[in-house]
Order: sequence, then C-alpha cells, then structure tokens
Amino acid sequence: MTSSVRDIPDAGLLRFITCGSVDDGKSTLIGRLLFDSKAILADALDTLERTSLKRGADGVDLSLLTDGLQAEREQGITIDVAYRYFSTGTRKFILGDAPGHEQYTRNMVTAASTADLAIILVDARKGVLTQTRRHTAIAHLLGIRHLVMAINKMDLVDWSEQVFAQIRKDCLAFAADLGIPRLEFIPISALAGDSVVSLGDRMPWYEGPTLMELLESVPLAQEDLERPFRFPVQWVCRPRMGGGQFRGYAGRIATGTLQVGAEIVALPGLGRTRVQGIRVGETRLEAAQAGQSVTLELAGDLDISRGDLLADPGSPPTLSQDLEATLCWFSEAPVQAGARFLLRLGPWETRALLQEIRSRLEITSMKPQGADQLAMNDLAEVRLRLQAPVAADPYDVSRSTGAFILIDEASNATVAAGLIRTGRWSSALLIACPTALAFALVACGWRVTQNHHPG
Amino acid sequence: MILQTRTLTHLDTLEAEGMHILREVAGQCRNPVLLFSGGKDSVCLLALAEKAFRPGPFPFPLLHIDTGHNFPEVIAFRDRRAQELGERLIVRTVEDSIRRGSVVLRTPTQSRNPFQSVTLLEAIREFGFDACIGGARRDEEKARAKERIFSFRDEFGQWDPKHQRPELWDIYNARCFPGENIRVFPISNWTELDVWQYIQREALELPSIYYAHTRPVVRRGSALVPVTDLTPARDGELVEELSVRFRTVGDIPCTAPVASKAASIVDIIRETATAELTERGATRLDDQVSEAAMEQRKKEGYF
Repeated sequence: MTSSVRDIPDAGLLRFITCGSVDDGKSTLIGRLLFDSKAILADALDTLERTSLKRGADGVDLSLLTDGLQAEREQGITIDVAYRYFSTGTRKFILGDAPGHEQYTRNMVTAASTADLAIILVDARKGVLTQTRRHTAIAHLLGIRHLVMAINKMDLVDWSEQVFAQIRKDCLAFAADLGIPRLEFIPISALAGDSVVSLGDRMPWYEGPTLMELLESVPLAQEDLERPFRFPVQWVCRPRMGGGQFRGYAGRIATGTLQVGAEIVALPGLGRTRVQGIRVGETRLEAAQAGQSVTLELAGDLDISRGDLLADPGSPPTLSQDLEATLCWFSEAPVQAGARFLLRLGPWETRALLQEIRSRLEITSMKPQGADQLAMNDLAEVRLRLQAPVAADPYDVSRSTGAFILIDEASNATVAAGLIRTGRWSSALLIACPTALAFALVACGWRVTQNHHPG
Repeated sequence: MILQTRTLTHLDTLEAEGMHILREVAGQCRNPVLLFSGGKDSVCLLALAEKAFRPGPFPFPLLHIDTGHNFPEVIAFRDRRAQELGERLIVRTVEDSIRRGSVVLRTPTQSRNPFQSVTLLEAIREFGFDACIGGARRDEEKARAKERIFSFRDEFGQWDPKHQRPELWDIYNARCFPGENIRVFPISNWTELDVWQYIQREALELPSIYYAHTRPVVRRGSALVPVTDLTPARDGELVEELSVRFRTVGDIPCTAPVASKAASIVDIIRETATAELTERGATRLDDQVSEAAMEQRKKEGYF
C-alpha cells in the first residue's frame, strides 16, 4: 500500500517465495519489502518492538514478524511456511516464507509448489554455498518460472562489481549443471535498501531493475494460456428437483482457453462432445481461460463425473496406469517399495503402489544415488503402479495436471508430493486418438503394445 | 485455438481460488457446513458459493453460532440473506450451551466469544459435520498466517500447529475419521482490502453497521466501546455521540467500532488502504491479551 489513496491494482497476483537463512538477511529483506509497501501496520510494529525488547534484542527483530507460532518464537526458529500479503498499487503479492535448512526441505517444497517466482538470497561475503545450490535446485524442480538470485550485503563488500560478477559466474555454472535455462541477478543491500525498491547511487555499475520493479513486472502464467485445454471436473451441478434438465460440470481451467462451441474429449471415458455453454454462477460467458473457475454445459449425454478430465482432443494428456515420478517424502516414518497409498491428482483419486525406488536424488546436484528406502525430506525418482489409469501431463509441461499427493489411508496424512515425469501410453488412446497414438508409437518404440496388458 | 486472453486481476484470481476450494469441499466431504455470521467475510463466502454452485443448490447448509450478544442489525440481515438464497440456516446459541452446563459464565455480561467454540463443537457433534467452511483470513493474525486452507481438527476439535498436513499446489486433503473434522478457509489468501474491493466489485449487501453511523460510545484505552445494555458506560466515563463504523461484527462485549465518516464502500476502501492499525488490533478486544492469544484459542477449537 504505497501512496495515500490509489486505484484498485489490476496487474494481477504474484506468488513468490524467499529462500535463504536469517544469516543471509532474509528477514531483513522481507521486512524491507513489507515496510516499504506499508504492509506492516502501526500496531503490528508496536507488538514487534515490545517483543523484541522482551527478548533482549537490539532493535526490531523482523523474524518475529513471520514466526507466528508460539514454539517458533520460544525456540527462535522457523518451522513452517508463513504467508504474507502486500500490495504495491500495481500488483498484489503473496509471499511464502519457508525455512531454509535441509531438514525442512518439505516445507520449502510446499511453499515452492504455488510460487511463480523465487528470490534466492546469497550473502555477498560468502558467495555460493551448498544451501544456495539446494534452494535453486528445489525451486527449479518445482517448476518456478522466475528464479532471482539476490546478492545481498553488497554494503559489506564495498559495493564491488567484481564480487557480484564472480558470484554470478559461479551461479551460472551450477545452474547449467541443473539444466536451468535462465537466472536473474540483482545486487542488493536489504539493510540499506539499495536496489530493493530504489536503485541508490552506490552501485553505478548496476543499471537495474530493482527487486521491486522485477516483482511488479514479471509476466504472469502466460505459458498456461498457450498450452492445450485441460479442465479437471470437480463437481457435477444439478438444479433442485423440478429445476429442469440442466447439468453442468464445475471446475477450474488448468491450462489453455475455451470458447462456446469447442470440441472436447472427456478422460478416462474418451467420449467426445462440444461445449454448449460456459457460465460462472448465473452469468454466461462466451470464452474462458486458464485460472478461471467456471461451469460447463456439454452437448449430448456423456457419463462424466468428479475426477474426470476434459481436454483438447487435438493434444490430449497421457492416459496411464504406470507413472514415473519425482517424489518428495514428507512422513517421519521411512518408506520402501511395496507400500500402498491413495493418490490424488487434482480431483482424481485412485490407489497406488510404490513399485520401485529407482534412486534418491542428492539435493544440491539432483544427481541420482542408490537407495532402498526414503526418509523424511528425501527426493527420489520412483515408479508407481495405479489401480486405474489416470489422465495426466508431465509436470514440466503442466504443474496443475502433472502433480499429485500421496495419502496414507491408515492415518489420512499427506505423506508425499509427486511430480510426474512420464507416463506410458495405454491402449485406450488407440481408439480415441489414432494420431496421438501413432506419434507415441514412434516416440516410444512400440512400448505401448508391450505394456498393454494390465499387470 | 488461440483466443484473446487477458491478465486476470487479483480479485479474479482470488475468486477462482475460493470457488475451487468450495467445490473441493463439496466433492470430498460427506456432510459439510458453511459458517455464516452475517459478517463481511462470510458474505463473501456466500457470494463465492453462488458462483460455484448455481444454478444448483448449495451442497451444504449454513450454520451460525449465535452468542446471543450480536447486534440486532446483523441478525436480521443474516436471516434475510439465508431466505433470499433459499438455503437452510441452522442457528445454535451459546445460550443453549449455558443451559446444558457446558458453558459457565463468570459474569453475565462477559464476552461470549471464547465460548462459541464449545457451542460449535456441540453443533458439529449434533449434526455429524465433517467439514466447516469459515471466513478466516491469514492476514488477520500471525497464527493464522501459518494455518492451512484445509485445517485438520482432532476429535477434541483441536488444531495442532506442529503436525499440519503439507498442502501443495491446489491439491487438498480433507480426509478424516468419524469424530474428526476439517476447517476450510476459502478466503485464506484475501486481505481486508481485498474483501472490501470484492464487496464493491460484486455490489454485495452488508449489515448497515459496517457503514458510518452515529452511536454513543466511550473511550477505553485506545479503543472505542459502544454503549449498549451489555456494555454500559462506567462511572466517570464520558459518553460521546460519534460517527463510527465496525470493521468486524462479533460479540458485542468484545467488538469495538472505529471513528469514521466512511458511509460508502469507496470511502471504506480509501480508509482501509491507508489504515494504520490492523483490523484485529483496532477492533477486537479479545486478541490483545497476549501475542499467542489467537493460537491458544485456535488450539481450543475456535476458528
């Protein structure tokens, strides 16, 4: 909330995360972003000052802002993801603040799963650390599109361009190893404020943008709009008794666009039909796009229910009973091959068997290592066998139709998150999409026919 | 097929997220309920439910836990709104819990806000609700900033902040065993300003006391206290007729108005955008006790 009175901001909503530890100046940076956008209000600041004094802190301890739980304040640690909100007059921001230590990988994975952008803090005096690699690797793994390396504490290295250039070079080297195509670099001083909101005059060699300018200007989810249409059905809407024949399919468009009259295919049933109407409540729309929650009316009388996926018949998702996936294991109890779970992918739910742990990933390099079990916070490449075929895309292509969670049916706990790498084409698509299948046959070297019998 | 696309505004995105969450509740839960108090946050919930489920009926009834100390304007609004929607409204009162002996008051006029959790848990048991949809927001308070959108409660209605279920992407886990339940907060990611902007955009009706009106008040500490039968002026206090409005509408003994001349939504948005006090700090007398006050109450089953 910058100026006194302003118009309603209309440049959308950006979700981002900050990665780093207190030592990197993360709390100071968050505090600066919140202060400079006036998201910290007077009474919150009062409480903060009182608490800081009580703890014997010298000045205001900004970490107290985000450490919302009693246990965290008592122990002086961050154990969970905290969400903060601010707005600059141009855009609304949701900041997910996750702890940076290795034992909290699962929390960072959680915060990263919804983020469009990650700010990775690097202490200019220390350069690239193991932690820097880990944070960058996880942010990239979770598909965050914009990765910003904020080289902090430039005031403590005499605002040196040379130091900045060296860190930049080191970062680009490990980014190349991880297959990251693009990184942004900004030299900042969160404490003094240089290059955070305004440039300052102590680093004439850096021409911008400032961190805030970057946050306000990065494009939002353009890729989602350009991808093929995907619509997971959450709910079938029927009027009360006597309310007529209306039947609507309610959900949120995951990717792509849709207009009245468009052809769609429903998976896994493979029925094809046409969109007769798009509505939001009682309001009718001619077209809709990724990110919108709508209700669709379809021609004909297909049997479609919650969990089904409506898709562009020109480029349908994979329908598969075997998934190759990257798993992040959350539970305190370790897991081995043979374990069974409930798998939820959007509104779709089915039983899953952990058939094989192919490798555990060393988190800083993402290099595979041998493993026969997974412990809490481990990342691993695995193979899952599903009870029923699921319609899905690779995570790299679509975050919303390529991600799942695993639930332990004995406790109902969410024990893992998964990113789909590949699925094997099932025989069902043979009937529905001969073109897609022909392509798949060529691409997979006839693997389809070999794996076509359920095992 | 490439259509003309646009950048969704922040309200578009928040609305779509809220509708998605409500539909997940409908799809995953056997017997959910939506908590409707007549307050501005729950007015937004109803608007989201209309967009998510019309032309069909809501897949849940509405429930109000009435402290018996609510402002009459709010109660009248609550009843009228439920009737307009044609949805079932269940009301359970703290008074019932007092009669049953599960709530014991120290003084007859003390705030009944903390006891809402007792009555709520009794209502959950009575109807066998497995999910309660509420209008809490993460920007209200620090403990809430860490709470999940789908927040698990054990058979005692308790929130365990250290063992929350990880919540990734937009995949929610509402599974629970009989006796346990899930609290769901579809507007978790909204701020007070977002709520007002949404009310303006959708032209939503609110109880009149949200807008500036003249009311007798006394000044107590930094707060204005409305002079009512439940909260009379104390000896020596000066009763003033001030132009005020309420930013939240809870139990009378713990809800304070702010001095304001904002009589329209535009005025309120202008005031909110430049507000110097957080919403709860300014108006909720019950959260000021300690920094961990809200976390403690949440652990006890409060929203």
